[in-house]
Amino acid sequence: MSEFFQQVINGVSLGSIYALIALGYTMIYGVLGFINFAHGDVFMVGAFVGYYLGPLIMPLTGEATIPAGLAVMLAAMIVCSALGVTIEKIAYRPLRSRPKLTILITAIGVSLFLEYGGQLVFGPDPKLFPELIPSAAIIDSSDLVINTNSIIVITTALALMLILRFIVFGTRMGTAIRAVAFNHQTAGLMGINIDRVISLTFVLGSSLAAAAAILYASVYPSINPLMGIFPGLKAFIAAVLGGIGNLTGAAIGGMIIGLTETFVTGYISPAFRDAIAFGILILILLFRPSGILRRHETEKV
Amino acid sequence: MNNRGKLMISLTILGLAILSACGGSQKSDEILIGEYSSLTGTTATFGLSTHRGLLLAVEDVNGSGGILGRPIKLLTEDTQSKPEEAATAVTKLITRDRVVAIIGEVSSSRSLAAAPICQQNRIPMVSPASTNPAVTEKGDFIFRVCYIDPFQGEVMARFAFNSLGLRKVALLKDIRNDYSIGLAQFFEIAFKRLGGEVMATQAYSEGDVDFKAQLTALKAADPQAIILPGYYTEAALIAKQARELNMNMPIIGGDGWDSSKLIEIGGKAMDNTFFSTAYTADDPDTMVQKFVARYRNSFGETPDAMAALGYDAGRILFDAIERCGNTQPECIRDALAKTENFRGVTGTITIGPDRNARKPAVIIAVNDNKMSLREIIQP
Amino acid sequence: MIRDHKPKAVLILSLPVFWLLGKLQGSISPYYYQIIIYIGINIILASSLNLINGFAGQFSLGHAGFMAIGAYTSALITSLIGAGGGLPTPLVFLPALAGGGAAASVCGLLVGIPTLRLKGDYLAITTLGMGEIIRVIIQNLDFLGGARGFTGIAKMTDFFWVYSIAALLIYLLYNLLHSTYGIGYLAVRDDEIAAESAGISATRIKVSAFIIGAFFAGIAGGLYAHFVTYINPAQFGFLRSFEIVVMVVIGGMGSITGVIFSALILTILPEALRAVAMYRMVIYALLLVVIMIARPGGLFAFGSGRKKATASAAR
Repeated sequence: MSEFFQQVINGVSLGSIYALIALGYTMIYGVLGFINFAHGDVFMVGAFVGYYLGPLIMPLTGEATIPAGLAVMLAAMIVCSALGVTIEKIAYRPLRSRPKLTILITAIGVSLFLEYGGQLVFGPDPKLFPELIPSAAIIDSSDLVINTNSIIVITTALALMLILRFIVFGTRMGTAIRAVAFNHQTAGLMGINIDRVISLTFVLGSSLAAAAAILYASVYPSINPLMGIFPGLKAFIAAVLGGIGNLTGAAIGGMIIGLTETFVTGYISPAFRDAIAFGILILILLFRPSGILRRHETEKV
Repeated sequence: MNNRGKLMISLTILGLAILSACGGSQKSDEILIGEYSSLTGTTATFGLSTHRGLLLAVEDVNGSGGILGRPIKLLTEDTQSKPEEAATAVTKLITRDRVVAIIGEVSSSRSLAAAPICQQNRIPMVSPASTNPAVTEKGDFIFRVCYIDPFQGEVMARFAFNSLGLRKVALLKDIRNDYSIGLAQFFEIAFKRLGGEVMATQAYSEGDVDFKAQLTALKAADPQAIILPGYYTEAALIAKQARELNMNMPIIGGDGWDSSKLIEIGGKAMDNTFFSTAYTADDPDTMVQKFVARYRNSFGETPDAMAALGYDAGRILFDAIERCGNTQPECIRDALAKTENFRGVTGTITIGPDRNARKPAVIIAVNDNKMSLREIIQP
Repeated sequence: MIRDHKPKAVLILSLPVFWLLGKLQGSISPYYYQIIIYIGINIILASSLNLINGFAGQFSLGHAGFMAIGAYTSALITSLIGAGGGLPTPLVFLPALAGGGAAASVCGLLVGIPTLRLKGDYLAITTLGMGEIIRVIIQNLDFLGGARGFTGIAKMTDFFWVYSIAALLIYLLYNLLHSTYGIGYLAVRDDEIAAESAGISATRIKVSAFIIGAFFAGIAGGLYAHFVTYINPAQFGFLRSFEIVVMVVIGGMGSITGVIFSALILTILPEALRAVAMYRMVIYALLLVVIMIARPGGLFAFGSGRKKATASAAR
């Protein structure tokens, strides 16, 4: 039984991280209408920001303490927001009137650029992420071990999601975002500055990705420039699972993917770890393409 | 054809011309030796270490007048830790650069990809550290200066059974590479023969970062130790996550652990872990200590087994060329096959009829962020 | 419609030419020979993807999966038949390649049908996922060597095989494009609903594109396997799919000649840049972005191909 509980904790922890990344995907898709393939790589950059800034910040805040983690996370969020906005401005904005396929390919290009550029700049070898958040065992029996790591990941992710929810549903900026997501043209007619809203969306999405990266790297401390590929893909699948464009859906989708992945790996076979998410994707797209919590999309002839 | 078409054709011709021009200049009296190793990628320290060891060997030889009066020129190609790159690299070294012998690789998967090419072209290949038996079976031009996994598995089993008194262990292997699967198999056979039991087996893939699921499953089987015949990056991460799950039993690995990054990544989690390898920098033998000092001097680090094996591989090859008296690949091959009681920094090496080296293994214990010699096991 | 016999004549004439050129294999360095073979294989891969992406407008990111199936199936066949020994190469190779292609096209069918309803990005991600699933399945089949790979494949590929198949594919594509059936492809690509209302079965077009495209990708896989003699699942991941997609996009989706040139240049380039291999992919990626922004029709399309490619990108 305790093995089961252990796997649940593992799964929820992983799922929270996927949820954070998925939120970024779903917001960008809601507002711009395409899959930002580069999102997973923004996540990766966040991890490296943590790697380089961690040793610089920790002398000030103390090693492996909550303030250390928060400070580094904030720094990563700022850097990634800047990165996300820059990418949008340079690569996506000029293509806004073009067909979706073109932007998709461009996004792939940006993604590859970040990945291989990362290998060039950071070096392709895996690096050890510094210990930013305290990692001590809370419940420590021989059967069940709950680490502060996992608790922090889950609570932080939850807090960020609640903050996001407040921003999107409780502020004017948030309403503007939802308006643009609903219909570009009408929102523009209402006097909303589309460009600014889109940039804001990227800020929010990239910040969440950066936070996810710090949490992820704290639990799985080996980082490398290609680390964003699979978490990115799985998070996107989570967003689709939950209903693309739907925030709550993205969070739920992330949890489901995280838990499923952990259970299948632990109880069936680790060989299928990466394929599970894709399997879920295909099932969802076959049977319920609009996701669990739908968002209606009609195609006009 | 329109203008753009002409442009395309000319560009293509230009491209091909550039390609052919990239032949590189060659001074006629240099002896060209090829090296293929993983200088980048997931097992980059392996390649880097062997490369450095080899550089020292070349320095040795060139510093004393070369072989047969001619200097050695080392041509290195990066395999990026990928088997198909190994194949391309070796093809290029043999056909374009016309090397007379090849040294490489550490990873058995990559050696297996390159060996058939060397064999086909009748160019001798010396692997410094590939331990999977299939490598030298590819042909009579393929050699290695390290022991093979049936022996290493035996070594690990003997250590676990006799020295640590273990009877029930769990196995965690990397299904992504031949080395890990082979070594796991050989360990299991040897351990069972001694009377031990492998209670549970789990697997992971090279490149994974999350092992909690597998570890939790192994924990439920309550083993006395975990046998982990994989590469250093994953081994360190696994150790960390195991300790986090309150799994403090000994963890035992093979020479794939041998890298300074093991402790760098694993830290305190590596306490109470052991691994088998070909050599230790603690060996008091004067030749080893001189090598260690020189390496530290040139590269600022203590050499690991891969560096030592790279060094030995180079020296054995150069010695063979010297004994042979010329640089004909066939002749070099024959000389290599006759290598006997060669004193290397990784032990006294004799190349057997199966073209593998018979030599002792050492068990390294890791504690307090330090590696120390625990035991030497003779074949 | 007046039948144009020129293409057929070119195809038939080219075969003995290739056969003769193939005999010259011994006179060039194996290194260059290798590159020439890779060029041919990439032409087949890129052109077969061009059919799916450029002609039928289905953005598939899983092409490497079809290649993998073809590679493994054909390797399996030759190692089984070859065990008997003594059979002349064409008798073994042809069924192996065909078998590989057939297996791949079955997969093409399995991929094409569920994705019928999907558009753009969803289609892309799904095909990506399917390619990955194929790779993971192969990785877990021990009798195929699993993650360690399949070694000891007979080296049967040579210049003649690669280039005659490439020529055949080009011929087929050219014919298709200039036929009424081919116009159906373009119609579906440009506007599926309008095409449907004009009586064209979008389903049939899309599925047939996947089947044919997968078939040739499978053959390319077989040719590849019997050249490198060692294959493992990691060689057929989505990065490989991306590389093929890049060839098609840079060449100009829907442009036959553009894609051929693109395959040629993009095969030579990495070898020529071997010294700066690390920069290669970064340059690739930048190229992709720049081309998409500046010239979505592709770099190498010219003539009638260019118009089609730009039209394809401007959907």
